[in-house]
Amino acid sequence: MTTRKKNPIWTLFTSVKLALFLLFILAATSILGTIVQQNQPAARYVQEYGENMANILQMFDITDMYNSWWFLSLLGIFSLNLIVCSLERIPNVIRIVKKDNLTTKTERLRKMGLRKSLVLSVPLEEGARQVSLFLASKGWKTEQREKDGGVLLFAQKGGWTRFGVYIVHLSILIILLGAVIGSPTFARKILHKPDFAFKGSIMIPESKKTNFIYSFQNGEKIDLGFTVQCNFFTIEYYNNGMPKTYLSKVSVVENGKPVILKNGTTVHDLKVNKPLTYKGITFYQSSYQPYSDFLVLLSNKSTNEKQSLIIPAGKQVRSKMEKVSFGIINQETRGEAVQRIKIWFTDNKATPATFWTNNGQKAIIKRPSGEYEMTVKQLYATGLQVTKDPGVWFVYTGCGMMLFGLFTAFFMSHRKIYAFVHEEDGRHGILFAGSAHKNKVGFEKVFTELIDAFKQHIT
Amino acid sequence: MNSSQLFGITTLCYLLSSAFYIGLLIFKNRKIGTIGLILAIIGVIAQTVALGLRWVESYKLGIGHAPLTNMYESLVFFAWCTTLFYIFLEIKFKARVVGAFVMPFTVAAMAYASFAKGINQQISPLIPALQSNWLIAHVLTCFIGYGAFAVAGGLGLMYLLKKSAVNKGMTDGALTGSLPELKIIDDLTHKTIVFGFMWLSAGIITGAVWANEAWGTYWSWDPKETWSIITWFVYASTLHARFTRGWSGSRIAWLAIIGFVSVFFTYFGVNFLLSGLHSYGSS
Ligand code: HEM
Repeated sequence: MTTRKKNPIWTLFTSVKLALFLLFILAATSILGTIVQQNQPAARYVQEYGENMANILQMFDITDMYNSWWFLSLLGIFSLNLIVCSLERIPNVIRIVKKDNLTTKTERLRKMGLRKSLVLSVPLEEGARQVSLFLASKGWKTEQREKDGGVLLFAQKGGWTRFGVYIVHLSILIILLGAVIGSPTFARKILHKPDFAFKGSIMIPESKKTNFIYSFQNGEKIDLGFTVQCNFFTIEYYNNGMPKTYLSKVSVVENGKPVILKNGTTVHDLKVNKPLTYKGITFYQSSYQPYSDFLVLLSNKSTNEKQSLIIPAGKQVRSKMEKVSFGIINQETRGEAVQRIKIWFTDNKATPATFWTNNGQKAIIKRPSGEYEMTVKQLYATGLQVTKDPGVWFVYTGCGMMLFGLFTAFFMSHRKIYAFVHEEDGRHGILFAGSAHKNKVGFEKVFTELIDAFKQHIT
Repeated sequence: MNSSQLFGITTLCYLLSSAFYIGLLIFKNRKIGTIGLILAIIGVIAQTVALGLRWVESYKLGIGHAPLTNMYESLVFFAWCTTLFYIFLEIKFKARVVGAFVMPFTVAAMAYASFAKGINQQISPLIPALQSNWLIAHVLTCFIGYGAFAVAGGLGLMYLLKKSAVNKGMTDGALTGSLPELKIIDDLTHKTIVFGFMWLSAGIITGAVWANEAWGTYWSWDPKETWSIITWFVYASTLHARFTRGWSGSRIAWLAIIGFVSVFFTYFGVNFLLSGLHSYGSS
């Protein structure tokens, strides 16, 4: 300890002054990034701030400042400060918690903030026994030792709460560690394993599948290691026209077979706030794109033949079912969304049928060759954000620890009770004394109530 | 009676309560203060019922959700948290006249919610991004914190006023004579900040979890997130300055005020001056 203390760099990092300074600098510089919009195209900055200023912003990475070397270094120094400062103090806390409190000088009890003297009418040993039993019955386990012509009893609670502060400090480090582990940059540049942690996206048209995504960082393909399929996409609206739900029905396919997912089926209803996680990779509903093509599901009820295909409007298409052809000859749209579709359908046995049907609604077509079921809907692609973040559980653990640690540090305390059973001026007496390292007012109440209850108890 | 009428009654109660508390400050008549407290309690009860009613009304409209989803609802909730926290503080610590420094905040929030242009009072359906239980946890925790910080800011202001009066050698006759002892204000400020800090931390955490559920990123440094962490840094510094460097008194009072300015900016300034993800708060 003594040699380390002399090292001026160590000393600097043990100081809370540095911590205050760093907190201030972090707060102050963070403001910058909320004023200068982040990660815009270079031209935007030139337009907004002029050539020279834009250059300065680029030079100091202020256009992406939270990932800049200097901001990350600040966080690094902050962490180091936190580690060193805590390491420096923890041994002392351990000493306090482990301390043999029975060595406390009995004169010191007479100077403690919380004191109460009682007269005792029984022998000293008997008095000590009563105190010990009584305190134990109230959850205060005592230890005792004969000294200074009497018996000193001691009980304590919540010694561990002195570590609350360090739980908080450790939690900050764990959160930062989690952020590093889950960082795509770290995975790419340090681990050289871009599929260790990534963020990207993919557009999957209905009925199509993919086994890769595009990284946000550099647009490169990243293999998923399995296949995701979008079976279906739809948007539901409230009566006032606001979007209510964006829904993609997705499946995971491995070795050509759909996988049973956590919900027990092969289809997950992917919505905003209802992501799908599979093998550590999470899919989020993030956007969509309407197409001018249509998705057609056709089945022949008599033969149970089924077919799904994507067709453009205004084109006659021949089905794989015998003699069946169909096409979309008209449509009604609202904005980009198709509402109704006019279908032309023939089995070459009678005059072709033409009829209107709602987008996505099942239509039954009765023909001489049998009964057909047909669903036509505008084709959409669902836009998924895809994330792999192996650090997130560190972050969550850190968050939990932080709340626990804050609660401990703020609202719990290390409380001690001493009882000195002794002889004074020819009479037997007990001197109670107590201390708490926090919330002294609260403890004073507990202490007073305890002593009052004891008085009741012995009389 | 519907929820908006009840919110009207709430605003009126808070306004009168503020007036009585200010009356207490000036005339130092305990009875006036008691009326202020009673009005605040009636107001908070009316508001609780109103919040419940609004919740029920949203279900009747078929778009049921907790009343915590837009600027109007968050302002009302902020007023509710602040008042509730203040009433608790007054009853527990008997610091009555503090109401003169706190209740006006709640009147301002309620009045702004009701009368400001561009604040939509309708119960509106939730867009997909907001359909999450984490939203409720997030708003709840943040605003309990904000409520406490508002009270801490009021206490800080009070401390500085009293301090300047003491420095000028004013006696009990002066306006500030009825304020609690400096030491007591200082202690209350600290306790309030500690309480708020706990909830702000929980608010930031629940927000991060929600963002991760909705967007796959628990932290994206958007302006609102960044300002919330700035606020958190400010209060963390305040706590450290007090615990480890023994700061107290005027410095802590100033930090309580600066902290609340930062809260205020996180809540309002970001919506109006900066752009980002949390745009839902702006209507
Ligand atoms: C550079 C970073 C930091 C350093 C060096 C540092 C250092 C310290 C020190 C020395 C103490 C006093 C421990 C004692 O009682 O002896 C302390 C207390 C504390 N720190 Fe930090 N700290 C840092 C950052 C933070 C941050 C960011 C938080 C945010 C939550 C935090 C939360 C606390 C809390 C809650 C206490 C408890 C105060 C108490 O109840 O005694 N610290 N810190």
